[in-house]
Amino acid sequence: MNYFPDEVIEQVFDYVTSHQDRNSISLVCKSWYRIERLSRQRVFIGNCYSISPDKVIERFPAIRSLSLKGKPHFADFNLVPYDWGGHVYPWIVAMAKSKVNLEEIRLKRMVVSDESLELISSSFANFTSLVLVSCEGFTTNGLKAVAANCSLLRELDLQENEVEDHRSQWLNHFPESSTSLVTLNFSCLKGEINLAALERLVARSPNLKTLRVNRAVTLDSLQKILSWAPQLMDLGVGSFIHDPDSETFYKLKNTIVQCKSITSLSGFLEVAPYCLPAIYPVCSNLTSLNLSYALGIPASELIKLIRHCKRLQRLWILDCIGDKGLEVVASNCKDLQELRVFPSDPFGAGNTVVTEEGLVAISFGCKKLNSLLYFCHQMTNAALITVANNCPNFVRFRLCILDPTKADPLTQQPLDEGFGAIVQSCKGLKRLSLSGLLTDMVFLYIGMYAEQLEMLSVAFAGKSDKGMIYVLNGCKKLRKLEVRDSPFGDAALLADPGKYETMRSLWMSSCEVTLGACKALARKMPMLNVEIIDDSELTVDEALCGGAPVAVTADGDDKQKVEKMYLYRTLAGPRNDAPEFVCTL
Amino acid sequence: MDALCAPADKSIIDLEATELRLGLPGTSSSSSEKLQIFVGRSNKRPLGESSMEGSSNSRSSSSSSNDPEKDGCLGCSIPPSKTQVVGWPPIRSYRKNSLQHKKEEEAKFSGIYVKVSMDGAPYLRKIDLGGYEGYRQLLTALEEMFKLAIGEYSERDGYKGSEYAPTYQDKDGDWMLLGDVPWEMFRSSCKKLRIMKGTEGVGLTCSP
Repeated sequence: MNYFPDEVIEQVFDYVTSHQDRNSISLVCKSWYRIERLSRQRVFIGNCYSISPDKVIERFPAIRSLSLKGKPHFADFNLVPYDWGGHVYPWIVAMAKSKVNLEEIRLKRMVVSDESLELISSSFANFTSLVLVSCEGFTTNGLKAVAANCSLLRELDLQENEVEDHRSQWLNHFPESSTSLVTLNFSCLKGEINLAALERLVARSPNLKTLRVNRAVTLDSLQKILSWAPQLMDLGVGSFIHDPDSETFYKLKNTIVQCKSITSLSGFLEVAPYCLPAIYPVCSNLTSLNLSYALGIPASELIKLIRHCKRLQRLWILDCIGDKGLEVVASNCKDLQELRVFPSDPFGAGNTVVTEEGLVAISFGCKKLNSLLYFCHQMTNAALITVANNCPNFVRFRLCILDPTKADPLTQQPLDEGFGAIVQSCKGLKRLSLSGLLTDMVFLYIGMYAEQLEMLSVAFAGKSDKGMIYVLNGCKKLRKLEVRDSPFGDAALLADPGKYETMRSLWMSSCEVTLGACKALARKMPMLNVEIIDDSELTVDEALCGGAPVAVTADGDDKQKVEKMYLYRTLAGPRNDAPEFVCTL
Repeated sequence: MDALCAPADKSIIDLEATELRLGLPGTSSSSSEKLQIFVGRSNKRPLGESSMEGSSNSRSSSSSSNDPEKDGCLGCSIPPSKTQVVGWPPIRSYRKNSLQHKKEEEAKFSGIYVKVSMDGAPYLRKIDLGGYEGYRQLLTALEEMFKLAIGEYSERDGYKGSEYAPTYQDKDGDWMLLGDVPWEMFRSSCKKLRIMKGTEGVGLTCSP
């Protein structure tokens, strides 16, 4: 390869798109490193604090697409305090200042201010794509700026963000000249929408392929939108309630029949079950169906709907479908690859439920299943072993038993054997979440068999440090480990400090780790940021006297248990935006 | 100490992110003093929208309570059977908030009071349609309320065998026989009920 001029090598590199592969080729030799870095356009940074924006720009001056992740995964479940960090603003400022030709920004679990959105919209002339997943900190005012100023915008995709509604009529701010939209997803917005403006926007966007609306968009409006956009492939419905005898409903049914390209359906944020038959005509083409936000559809209606969906590959559904409903899925959806069953009543007594029986039925019927997220009330070893035998192709296996330490109800045994069977059978398993009663055995199995495992989530599991040590020793490809409420302590934390440099991050909360051990680790591994997060703020005395919050420092008693620890490898050193309750050791 | 124990805002405690936690034997057992602290502290958190409430209430508190009874003062608003673990089940706050919102909306739906008149009765009654899950329950309630027998519904003959016909007035103002349309549809379009008597009611069953 050394005999080829750079331009030729660059052409070859163009075919290498995955960032992991590009990272690999950049390690081959100096000249490849140089060619690769000057030609890389898509940059993915899994932890926004692992490197500074300036370094990124320096290394990849041709950057066009930036993907960033901020808060640790457990932030999704309220385990990370509100203002822990993950701000995107410094990144935008750096990119704007250096005048890179940024076209796409994809963010997950980050804090995005209106100021950031405004800066994006005014700094990058060729900006086309904004994707925000599980972010917060912005309002509809920020969206207004994006709509108004990004004249080439193709993609505005807002997934499950917490957005404050300021009645900004942001949708009205797409100029009449804006005709380039391909993806528009605002399903997470809580406020009202100018329906006429939306209809006009859709009418002048011939390339629109994905449209997911919020609950403010009525069935009436949906009918008009669909008549303007029969080319849609991905539809997210807002409100789906209407008198089925009305002319509007009749028109809708006819319009839907014209939408022959819809392969993905979601939303139904408000739905009357008797309106569902209107969508039966598109069901036979569906490969993706997400009804996980559609509360209020009884199992019988869900089952009727599923019977029409023979080509489903991805199904997200609520557990009110029940075990019987999952049996219907198993017999109808032979192409199913991804299944997520969410709890409709997470804290309830559990009358309509799914149990291990539903999952077993799925495993018999859906042999192609490779990705699972399953909330249930109970699980047995026997069921897990059966599932492992039937479905050896799992890449993601996440089980959540609502009572987190529940044993196998048939045998009263821990679920070690069941999960052991899963890791042994599924040789390609990359992501695993455990729950139920578990001892150190399950971790022994994971360490022995889960060779491709990259991410492990542990809660209320294990008996001693050995559990965590098995995993750290055995799982060579481990990148992210997150543990809560498990008896792993200092011996586990310090067993292999070097391991953490091969991983993106480690989270441990409500475990047995002490301050002293964290300090020792931080001293030994300067390339790690070891953060202690303590949002309990006040000591006893100060509470009594109504004192002010005290900043967390490293000066406490070394034997003191650390409530929350988050460590990650980084080239950027301790971060300068850490709030008071975070101390980087 | 009592002042600190009393939760400032009961609704916060009742939300999913609560302070009580099921601890495993062997998990860190910080002093129960910490329990009392963070109740008092909940006043100081910036409590804005429910989305922030969820996160700001995340208690790192290592207050493992192997004995829920002991945490009586903290748990004064929560019966032990309902103790919840912070951040469990692991559902994204966005999703949890949506469910919460939906449930609140459904709770609102349960207050639909409509007038019920019966031919020949001196005064009207009112019933809450939200309190019934289907026609059967509703008809039984009407039968009890007015001391009469309405009988079984059939699509062809209506309420044959009874001298009464339960009807309702829908959004368009028309009088419809009870039972023709799905329950939910009926419930959302019913304005008032009327139990028709005798020959007047019989005429409602239309023959093809």
